[in-house]
Amino acid sequence: MKIFKRTKIKKYSKDGRILFTKEMKKEYTILIPMMLPIHFKFMKNILVKHGYKAELLNTSHSRIIEEGLQNVHNDTCYPALLVIGQLLDAIKSRKYDEDKLALIITQTGGGCRASNYIYLLRKALKKNKLEHIPVISFNLNGMEKNPGFMIRPSLLVQFVYATLYGDILMLLSNQVRPYEINPGETDRIVDKWVIKLSNELNGKSFFSKRNIKRNMEQIAADFAHIPVKKVDKIQVGIVGEIYMKYSPLGKNSLEELLAQEDAEVHIPGLMDFIIYTCDNRITDTKLYGINIIASFLAALLKNYLIRMQNMLIDAVKTQYIFKAPSSFDHIKSLVKGYIGTGVKMGEGWLLTAEMLELINSGIENIICTQPFGCLPNHISGKGMIRKIKERHQNANIVAIDYDSGATKINQENRIKLMLSTARLNLLKAADDSEAFLDNAQTR
Amino acid sequence: MHRYIGIDIGSTTIKIIILDESNRIIYKHYSWHNTMVRDAAKSLFLDLRDILEGKKLKLAITGSAGLGLSKDAGFEFVQEVFATRISVETFLDNIDAVIELGGEDAKILFLTGGTEERMNGSCAGGTGAFIDQMASLLNVSLEELDTLSENHEKIYNIASRCGVFAKSDIQPLLNQGAKKTDIAASIYQAIVDQTITGLAQGRQLKGRIAFLGGPLTFQKGLRKRFIESMNLDTEHAIFPENGEYYVALGAALYSKNLSFINYKDILYGFTRAQNVRYSVHSMPPLFESQEEYKVFLEKHKKDKIKYLNISDYEGDAYLGIDAGSTTIKLVLITPEGDILYKFYQSNYGEPIPLFKKHLKKIHKLCGDRIRIRSSASTGYGEELIKNAFHLDGNIIETVAHYFAARFYEPHVDFILDIGGQDIKCFKIRNNAVDTIMLNEACSSGCGSFIETYAHALGYSVEDFAKLGLFAKQPVNLGSRCTVFMNSSIKQAQKDGADISDIAAGLAVSIVKNALYKVIRVSSPDELGEHIVVQGGTFLNDCILRSFELETEKKVTRPPIAGLMGAFGAALYAKSLHKDESSMLGLTELENFTHKARAAQCKICTNNCKLTINVFSNSEKYISGNRCERALGSKERSNLPNAYQYKLERLSKYKPVKNAPLGRIGIPMGLNMYENLPFWHTLLSEVGFEVVNSGISTREVYTKGQHTIPSDTVCYPAKLMHGHIEVLLEQGIDNIFYPCMSYNFDEKSGDNCYNCPVVAYYPELLKANVSALNNANFYYPYFSLFNRKEFTKRISSYFNNLFSIPGKLTKKAVQKAYMEYLRYKNDIIEYGQKAIKYANDNNLNILVLTGRPYHIDPGINHGIDQLINNLGMVVISEDCISHLERKQKIQVLNQWTYHARLYNAAKYVTKHNNMQLVQLVSFGCGLDAITSDEVRDILEAGNKLYTQIKIDEISNLGAAKIRLRSLIAAISF
Repeated sequence: MKIFKRTKIKKYSKDGRILFTKEMKKEYTILIPMMLPIHFKFMKNILVKHGYKAELLNTSHSRIIEEGLQNVHNDTCYPALLVIGQLLDAIKSRKYDEDKLALIITQTGGGCRASNYIYLLRKALKKNKLEHIPVISFNLNGMEKNPGFMIRPSLLVQFVYATLYGDILMLLSNQVRPYEINPGETDRIVDKWVIKLSNELNGKSFFSKRNIKRNMEQIAADFAHIPVKKVDKIQVGIVGEIYMKYSPLGKNSLEELLAQEDAEVHIPGLMDFIIYTCDNRITDTKLYGINIIASFLAALLKNYLIRMQNMLIDAVKTQYIFKAPSSFDHIKSLVKGYIGTGVKMGEGWLLTAEMLELINSGIENIICTQPFGCLPNHISGKGMIRKIKERHQNANIVAIDYDSGATKINQENRIKLMLSTARLNLLKAADDSEAFLDNAQTR
Repeated sequence: MHRYIGIDIGSTTIKIIILDESNRIIYKHYSWHNTMVRDAAKSLFLDLRDILEGKKLKLAITGSAGLGLSKDAGFEFVQEVFATRISVETFLDNIDAVIELGGEDAKILFLTGGTEERMNGSCAGGTGAFIDQMASLLNVSLEELDTLSENHEKIYNIASRCGVFAKSDIQPLLNQGAKKTDIAASIYQAIVDQTITGLAQGRQLKGRIAFLGGPLTFQKGLRKRFIESMNLDTEHAIFPENGEYYVALGAALYSKNLSFINYKDILYGFTRAQNVRYSVHSMPPLFESQEEYKVFLEKHKKDKIKYLNISDYEGDAYLGIDAGSTTIKLVLITPEGDILYKFYQSNYGEPIPLFKKHLKKIHKLCGDRIRIRSSASTGYGEELIKNAFHLDGNIIETVAHYFAARFYEPHVDFILDIGGQDIKCFKIRNNAVDTIMLNEACSSGCGSFIETYAHALGYSVEDFAKLGLFAKQPVNLGSRCTVFMNSSIKQAQKDGADISDIAAGLAVSIVKNALYKVIRVSSPDELGEHIVVQGGTFLNDCILRSFELETEKKVTRPPIAGLMGAFGAALYAKSLHKDESSMLGLTELENFTHKARAAQCKICTNNCKLTINVFSNSEKYISGNRCERALGSKERSNLPNAYQYKLERLSKYKPVKNAPLGRIGIPMGLNMYENLPFWHTLLSEVGFEVVNSGISTREVYTKGQHTIPSDTVCYPAKLMHGHIEVLLEQGIDNIFYPCMSYNFDEKSGDNCYNCPVVAYYPELLKANVSALNNANFYYPYFSLFNRKEFTKRISSYFNNLFSIPGKLTKKAVQKAYMEYLRYKNDIIEYGQKAIKYANDNNLNILVLTGRPYHIDPGINHGIDQLINNLGMVVISEDCISHLERKQKIQVLNQWTYHARLYNAAKYVTKHNNMQLVQLVSFGCGLDAITSDEVRDILEAGNKLYTQIKIDEISNLGAAKIRLRSLIAAISF
C-alpha cells in the first residue's frame, strides 16, 4: 500500500531519472552536504525562504567515512567518498522520513571526474535500495532539470550575494580570529551577521546593491572594531582541491591545528572559483572556437560577478588594517609564464594562480590540499610547485594528500616542517635568524 | 656545567644525544622502541641519572613519534628535517644536499641554490620500514640482507613506489628461483630510485651530498647503490660519523635557544606523558563474552575431516602441492579425500629445497604400502614445481580452490579465499566458476602482513590471533593498503592503543579490504547463500568473526582452510586418472639438485628478465618469459594481435629526411599513441622532419624519472619525462606536444574530453623538465574535433611561428585528417580480419581494452603476447567500438577513450567467442569510474569481467593468473 502511495507522486525524466516534483517541494526535506560552513548556511536559509524544506548536514563522525568506503569505489576521489558518505549516513540515521527526502549536490561539468559525483551518488543509492530518493543537481549549465526545483533568477542572485557575504565573513574572520583578545568574539560577529543577513532575505532591501555595499562595509567595520593584540604570526595560505580546501570534514580539522600552531590562515574565497568556471567558457571559445553563445552568456555573468567581487574588495579596503583580496583579472594575470589558462579541469589554472596570489601578497607559506591521487592537481598543484619555488625563493609550499587511510600524524609532521621553515623565515624577516643559528652553533 | 639533550623519536627507533658546551657528544644512545614510545623514553632517562643529575639542562624532542609525547610532556618540539638542517650546517662543511632515510619517512634537503626541504608523499616507499618488510619477506636479518647484496650479479626492476608494490614484484621473483643476493641489491636499488623520483622530484642532486639516518649508516649495500646510481666519488658522497644521530644532534643544538630545566623536570614530564591516554577511533568488540565465543566455536566445529594414519594406510593416494607466494602447502589424500599427510609452512623464499625434503619424507612413509598414482601443483610457483619434480599436472589456483570448496560444500556459490599475498573471490553458477575477483597490488599482502607483524612483536600467528578475540576496543586502521595500515598501527600505539585492540582491528581492516575494495560488495545478499571462506588467513578466528559481523551471513570454513589449494590440486590429480605418477622417486630425489641463474632475453624489446633453473641431470626450466621464443621456439605466436599490428602500423611513420624546416620531435606517449598519424602527417607535410621518441623502455623511464613532480600520477604519464629526454639527447631542440582538453568526437559519448592528465601533461613537462628551457617546446592548445576551427587556428599558428603559408597548412591539415582516418580504418579492418580468423579456426578472441597508449610494450609489459601464447586472438577496443551505438550507462559518458570501452563491452556480450580484459593503469582516477560500468555491461550480458592493473611492475605473474583463471572459467 505504501509503495502504491509512493509511486503516485513519482515522476521520471526521459532518461529514467527520478524527478523532484512540485508536490515534493512542500513536503520533502532536501539534505545538503557540507562544504563551506558559512556560505552553505546562507544558501540553506535562502532555499528555506524560497519555500523548500532544507537541512544542512553538520555531521562529522566516523560513520560517514565507513558509508563512503562501502558505497563508493575506493579509488574514487576522497571528496566523493565523503559527500556521498555524509548523505547516506544522514539517510540511514532515521532522523528523516525516508519517503519524504531529497538530496542536492552540485554538478560542475568538465573533464574532471568530479562531474561524476551525482552519478556515483545515484549508484550508491541504488545499491542501498534507496533509488526512490530524488537527487537534485545544482548547476548553472542547464543539466538535469527538475520541475520542483527551478533555479529562478532571484534565487541565483541571492546565491551570488550569499557567496559574497560568505567570502567576506570568511576572509575577515580569518584575519581577526588569531589576534582577538576576547576568545570567541570573532565567531560571535560571524554568527550575528549570518542571522542578520538571513533575516534580510525576505525584504526587498536584500537585492539593493546599495544595501549590500552598506552591509559589507558594516561587516568590515565590525571586524575592525574587535579588540586585537597585534603580534607577528606566521601566515599560512590554504589552497587546493575545492572540497578539501574548504570542508572541515575533509582536511582533518587543519585550521584548528594551524590555530594551535599560532598561525594566521588565509583561504581564498569561493567567488574566484565561480568566476573561473564562467571564464573557462570564454577561454574555450577563444582557444577552440566552440560554444560561442554559451561563451557570450558566460561573459555577461562573469562581468556581473566581477562587479560584485569589486564591491567586496572595496568594502574590505575601507578598513586599512585588512588584507584585501585581489580582483579576478589580476589573479588570472599572475599565471602567465607558469601555466596556460586553458587548463580548466578541476581547479585548473586557478589553483596555481591562488598560490601565486598568496605569495604576491606576502603569504609565502602554503598548504596545497588534495585528495590522494587527484588528477587535475597532478598538473596545476604538485606540478607547478617546483616552478613557483624556482621564481620565489621564499615560497614555502607543502602538498598534503588526504585520504581515508592516510594517518594524521604523517600529515601533521609535514605541516610542521612547513611551519618550522615559516618560523625561520619570519625570524629572518625580523633579522634575528642569523643570531638564532649562531646561537645554536656556538653557545 | 650545561648539557644539551636532543631526543629523536622516529617511527621505530629512539635516539638520544647529549652535548656539552662545546658541542662535543658526551652521550649517545640508539635503540628500538617497539612503539612503546613513552615508556621507552622514560626508562632511558632513568638510566641517565649519573650523567644528568645536578646539571643545568636544555632539551628538545624531534621525530614523528615525538610529536605527541612532546606535547604531553611539555617539552619543546622541533621538526626533524629542520633539526637535520641545523646539525648539518653546524657539523659539516660545504654540503649541497642531504638525504636522510628514517623508519617511515624519507627526506631531502637542498642547502645550496635555494634552500628546500622535502619529505616523501603518502606512500611510504624507500624508507626503513620498507627495508624491514623486505628483509622479513626474505627471512633474513638486516645485516644478512646487507651481506647478501654485496654478492649480487644483476639488478631486477622492483617497483619502488611502496612496500606493497615491491612485494608484488619480489614474490614472483622468489618463486621463480631468483637469487636472494640479486634481490637484496635490487631492494636497495628500488630505494635509490624512489628517493630520486619521489623526493628530488625534478630537482637535480648535485655537488656534495650527505647521507644520514639509520639505514644509510648501517647498510653498506644501500650506500653503494646510491653512490653508483648517482655517480658520486668519495669527495661528493659524505657519510659522516654518527650519521644516524644527526636528527637528534639537531634537536640538541636547537635546545640551546630554550630555557634551562633540571633532571627532575625531565622525569616529571615523561611521567606525565606516560599517563595520558588518547581515545583512539575504535569499533565494537568481536566477542562480547566467552559464551559468545563458545557458540561461535561450536558453529564452526571441525567436522567432515578425516585424518588417516599414513603408517597404517594401504592403497592409492594423490598428492597436491600449492606453491603459494609466501607459503608452501602439500597434502596427500586417499581416493575418498581423507588426509594422509599435510604440511603448511612459510617458503622462506626458497620453496624447492623444502618440497624436496617433504617429498622424500613422504616417499619413505609410503613405502610399498601406498601408491601415489598422480600428483599436481597449483599456485604462483606451480610450473616451477611441476617441472622440478616431474609432477603429473598443474592447475590454475582459482580452479583448484573451487574443486576443494565444492568438496566441503557441494552447493557452494561463493568462495572467498584470503591467502598470504592474494585475496580471491569467485562466484559459482551452474557448477562453474562464474565471476572471479582478485585483488590488485594495493590490496595484496594482507594475510602475510598479519604474520609479519605478529612475528615482529614476538608472537606466533596463532597467539596473535587469539589476542584480538576479546579486545574491548578494536582500533580502526583503515583499509586502503598494508602500508597505510602499518602507519595507522603506529599512530594507534602512540596514542596508547592496546595490542589486543590492534590485533582485532587488523582483522576488521582486512575483511573490509576484501569486502569493499576487492569484491566491492554493497549488500551481503550479493555474496550468495552458500559461502565458503578459506585461505590460511581465515584460520584466524578474528578474521572469520569480523567477516560474519560485517556481512551477517552464515559461512562455512573448511577445517583445512589453509590447505584448500593443495587439496584442490590433489583432487585434480585424482581426476587425471593416471596409473603411475611421473613424480620423482626417492633415489631421484636423493640426487636432486637445483641451481638458478638470471639472464635476460634479447630477442625482442620486452627484454624479459629470465630465471634459468637447472635441475639435476641438467634439465632446464626457464621462467619470466612472455613468449615461447625465450624457450628456443623460433617463431612468436602467429595468432592475430591488434596490439602488435597497431605498433607496427605506427612505426611506419618515418622522418622525411632533409626537410626544409629541419627536425621536430614528438614525445611518444599518452594520446600521441593515437594522434601520431595526424601530427606526423601534418608536420611532415608543412616541411618538418618528424622524429618521435619511440617505444618506452625501463631506460627511457629512468632517464626522466628525476623530473617527475607527483609520484601518484599514472605510469604512462611518468614515462613522458623520459621521452622528452630521449628527444633532447638526439639534439632535437624543436619539440611539439599540444595540450588537448578535447579529443576527437566519435559521437559515442555525451562529450569528448581527454582526462586531465592526458589533456595538460605538456604544461607539467614545461614546468618541471628544466632541459626544455633550452629548447623550443611547442605546446599550443588545440582541439581536433572541430575541423574548420582547427584549420583556421593551426594555419595562423604555423604562419606566426614558422612563416608557413596558410595554403600549405590547409592542404597538410586535409591530409592529416585523412591519414588519421586511414589509420583508424586500418585498425578496424585488421580487427575484422582477426575476428574472421578466430571464427574460422574456432579460437577465442580476447578484447584487450585500455587506452591507445597501452599498446606501448613498455606499459603493457607484453601482456598481449602472453595472451596469444594462451591461445587467444587479441584485438583492441577500437577494432569494434564503432559497431555499437552510444551506450546508456549510469555515469557521465564524457571521455572519448572511455566511451569506446563501453561500446566494446557491449559488443563482446553479443559474441560467444569473445572475452574482455580491461587494462588499467595504477593511479588512473577515471578508471575507478569506468571499470564498474564496464563490469556492469559485461555482467548484464553474462560475461566475465577481468581487470589487470599495470604499472612499472613488470612481472606478469599476477596477470597470468588472472588470464588463466578467465580461460579456465570460460572453458568449463
